[in-house]
Amino acid sequence: MIIGTIVDGIVIDHIPAGRGMELYHYLGLEKLQCEVAIIKNATSEKYGRKDIIKVGEVIQLDLDALGFIDPHITVNIIKNGEKVDKIHPKLPERLTGIIRCKNPRCISSIEQELPHVFRLTDRENAVYRCIYCDTKAEIPEIL
Amino acid sequence: MNKDLIDIRELSREEIDELVDVAEDIMLHPEKYAEKCKGRKLATLFYEPSTRTRLSFESAMYELGGSVIGFSDAGSSSAAKGESVADTARTVECFADIIAMRHPKEGAPYVAANSVSIPVINAGDGGHNHPTQTLTDLLTIHKEKGRFEDLVIGCCGDLKFGRTVHSLIAAMSRYDNVKFVLISPEELKVPENVKTDILEKNGVDFVETKSLEGAMPNLDILYMTRVQRERFFNEADYVRLKDTYILTPKKLQNAKYDLSILHPLPRVNEISVDVDKDPRASYFRQVRNGKYIRMALMMKLMGVD
Repeated sequence: MIIGTIVDGIVIDHIPAGRGMELYHYLGLEKLQCEVAIIKNATSEKYGRKDIIKVGEVIQLDLDALGFIDPHITVNIIKNGEKVDKIHPKLPERLTGIIRCKNPRCISSIEQELPHVFRLTDRENAVYRCIYCDTKAEIPEIL
Repeated sequence: MNKDLIDIRELSREEIDELVDVAEDIMLHPEKYAEKCKGRKLATLFYEPSTRTRLSFESAMYELGGSVIGFSDAGSSSAAKGESVADTARTVECFADIIAMRHPKEGAPYVAANSVSIPVINAGDGGHNHPTQTLTDLLTIHKEKGRFEDLVIGCCGDLKFGRTVHSLIAAMSRYDNVKFVLISPEELKVPENVKTDILEKNGVDFVETKSLEGAMPNLDILYMTRVQRERFFNEADYVRLKDTYILTPKKLQNAKYDLSILHPLPRVNEISVDVDKDPRASYFRQVRNGKYIRMALMMKLMGVD
């Protein structure tokens, strides 16, 4: 399958296979007027299968969310048909409003106005814990 | 030192040593401290019932010459009208110099601490943290044994859900040549993460056993906790095991003469009342120590010399 090359835009590459659509909605890409392509189950030399999203204009992305979903995701910035930048989102120190604490005993479960914030407690194993109750974040689940 | 005390892990070993030193000095020279907090107010915001902790905080502030305001159940506060923890804390900040908060929801004192500029002490947030209980345990160990190093500490009972045990293990693992004997039924063993992240990470020696009597002769400290019926999947297991972890004079026959028996209280039946007369029973002295360490802590957080 051939998808046209982008002149100006971004390519979000190495998305874990099957999560491209989830990411598309989380990043609000359905609201864009430009061309957007989601490629599912593309062949990846490194990971076997991957998803890719191509966006036909340069937009601001929530790199914290991308880093949390999978630190292997890369973001390529394309200008005039050339790759001018390649960003490797890192695991952010804090995640605000990206995942929710599932602990029913957590104060965030009863006080609706409190932001759901997780802090990185173990970079090696990508462990995030709720700042209120220390509950470990479960498998990334976008709000 | 932080403005607040929410989690015992916020305190360095040096800060704990300093608090213990001050608490021991208060015990020896209470008159020196009788007016240290004159004109200052403690607000005790207790959203759930407590006997020891609230009265301990209040006595501590009175003995420092200060006064106390607050509430002792959520029903008599604006929480009953749906006020947030942050708003309650901001309101109380207008009247008090320091807050001690107990709340059934985990993280509530953290929310309060981040909403106000006065110090906030976590007086227990659900099953999460209870740092002043750990400070009380540490002061008691120091007072009874004269040291934190070279001790064999037995923790007995519910080691799975007992937050005080986990905090004590974390705090004592920082000291040299401390060994733990973890005594519990299979169902209530210390969680894996406590073993890997605290004990093994700090190179602390520990053994796990089901036998309280077998472990007894080696112990310098015995930290008892309650084995609760609701922690078992079936009644038969509870009935089979519950007496194994009840401390009686008979089980103390092989204990060291200078063993110290601690318990965070309240006790239900896990220590026979016959043990209370034994000089090694330290748990009511432990309650008294709680007041002194809270005096030292409140002074420290308010910057009172």
